[in-house]
Amino acid sequence: MGRFIFKRAASLVLTLFAASFLVFAVTEFSPSNVARKTLGPFALQSQVDILYQKLGLHDPLAVRYSRWLGVLLGLKADPLQDPALGLQFKDPRGDKYFGNFGYSTLYKAPVNDVIWGRLKATAALAGIAFALIVPLSLVLGVLAGMREGSGLDRTISIFGIVATSVPEFASGVFLVALFVVGLGWLPGTSPLDAGSGWPIWTQMVLPVAVLVLYDSGYVVRMVRGSMAEVMNKPYIRTAILKGLPMREVVVRHAVRNAMIAPFTVILLQINFLISGVVVTEMVFAYPGFGRMILDASLFGDIALIEAATLIALTIAILTQLVSDVGYAFLNPQIRLA
Amino acid sequence: MTATTPDAAALTAAPVERAPPSLLRRLPHSPVAMVGLGLILFWVALAVLAPLLPLDPPNKQDLMALADPRPSWRHWLGTDFKGRDILSRLIWGARTVLSVAPLAALSAYVVGCPLGLAAGYYGGKVDTLISRLSDIILSFPIIILYVILIANIGPSALNIVLAVVLTAAPGIARIVRGLTLEQRHLDYIAAAQLRRENALYIMFVELLPNCRGPLITDFCLRVGYTIITIGILGFLGLGLPPPDPDWGTMVKEGTAMISVRPHMSLFPALAIVSLILGFNLLADGVRELSLRE
Repeated sequence: MGRFIFKRAASLVLTLFAASFLVFAVTEFSPSNVARKTLGPFALQSQVDILYQKLGLHDPLAVRYSRWLGVLLGLKADPLQDPALGLQFKDPRGDKYFGNFGYSTLYKAPVNDVIWGRLKATAALAGIAFALIVPLSLVLGVLAGMREGSGLDRTISIFGIVATSVPEFASGVFLVALFVVGLGWLPGTSPLDAGSGWPIWTQMVLPVAVLVLYDSGYVVRMVRGSMAEVMNKPYIRTAILKGLPMREVVVRHAVRNAMIAPFTVILLQINFLISGVVVTEMVFAYPGFGRMILDASLFGDIALIEAATLIALTIAILTQLVSDVGYAFLNPQIRLA
Repeated sequence: MTATTPDAAALTAAPVERAPPSLLRRLPHSPVAMVGLGLILFWVALAVLAPLLPLDPPNKQDLMALADPRPSWRHWLGTDFKGRDILSRLIWGARTVLSVAPLAALSAYVVGCPLGLAAGYYGGKVDTLISRLSDIILSFPIIILYVILIANIGPSALNIVLAVVLTAAPGIARIVRGLTLEQRHLDYIAAAQLRRENALYIMFVELLPNCRGPLITDFCLRVGYTIITIGILGFLGLGLPPPDPDWGTMVKEGTAMISVRPHMSLFPALAIVSLILGFNLLADGVRELSLRE
């Protein structure tokens, strides 16, 4: 088991490197663009040229990537903070420390000052959504898969299909039209600021609802499929035939085995949630990580895009590791192989 | 998984039995699939007939309607914030979505299928290389990858297709690889190998057609998902360049007015949902049918 975890972790670290190189390649593919975007649209071409020289942007992509990695790991000083450049990119942490993501040109602050607060706001949003998605989809999925083809199964399955067919921005529009414009029960924006007259918790209701609706549709269908498959197994028939009450069969025999496959699916939802928050935060003007990535991309804030993607990737890859290890742990066929 | 293709089972277990009727002919037996197909055909018909329908041009501004953009006899679904007819923009926008989304999904299949077949059929180093590369792409939160790509290469129909290919092909390769692994050891492949068929023939003529059941389902789901993606990109301000109608962009423009004129965002949102629902229902119906065999 220890070997298995180590092998998985090593391959995931490799994936992280490769993926971060991919992001670097996409954002810094055109070197003159890097200098231009760092200085902004109003800089003189001569200034852009000087920066181009100073940053060594003529070097090949791989060399520039290793330099960026050096700054991130605290092995090299961030070249943009060099006072000789006169950019005034000041970071109180110094120019050489582990986790130096550089300077955000959009927020005019070190990336580390911008990113973590946003991440916390998003973690709250995604965390509440996740805490609702899991029990809701487990209950609905088990109820549906328990008696395949029953009326309840059909109703829940249709709900599942419909929920996965309504993208977050569309359900956002529907919910806002109903609860904000129509009934006036909830606020339509979520700046997480009590000054708007709405308590903070009311501002969380709609963004969470949008995330839960879209994601749970998919998980419900997965749980249902797995449950239905288990219910057709011979040992379930045996349990029923030996006279156990249905409740007992479902709770003690079926559910535990039916949960192995959806376990992976549920953890991978964290990856979907990161995608989902980009849209949801845009709908409700929620001051989070997803909207920050969007703003950074539209503005061309290279350092922030790279940092944010790397963090999102790390989260996604860590959940993948947990799900791989957990799956192996739950499923003896893999654990003992 | 449901991936054990019934076709393969039929071939190995009862070779003399007549082949089951094609999926297309059994489609009417699934009400779910028929509802889905109906929704898709509804939009296809409107998109095809768009030039013949008595509609305002999609970019024509009716300045009189600016005073009261609500639905009326003149504009059935009302007008948008620039006085443009929403019904006309939806129908003309359907042409874009219904050509870009299937084209993008198909292109992703053209790239993903050979990769998955090669990985599954050859195994070994080929498999390791293709699977590792796929893992890298699949580990991304997908929308973030789209946003970074499109923000850098610019929004256009071609770039959206390219982004979909890059992000969807690895997933398709993974599915095809899994299906190939299941089939590779069956007798009909051994027979083809004994006949000394070349590897390309075995992969594309023998293996691929026998994987079609799950792939048809996956294709429908993927078209639906691509429609969601195009909608999201439009909504985030990375949609097809204005002024031509794009459903996601219409929703985005409408949300600015949602508190006074909800119809401007509700109708485009409903249009997107109905089309996605069509593809998802069709996918579900096809899956049920291929399981029932």
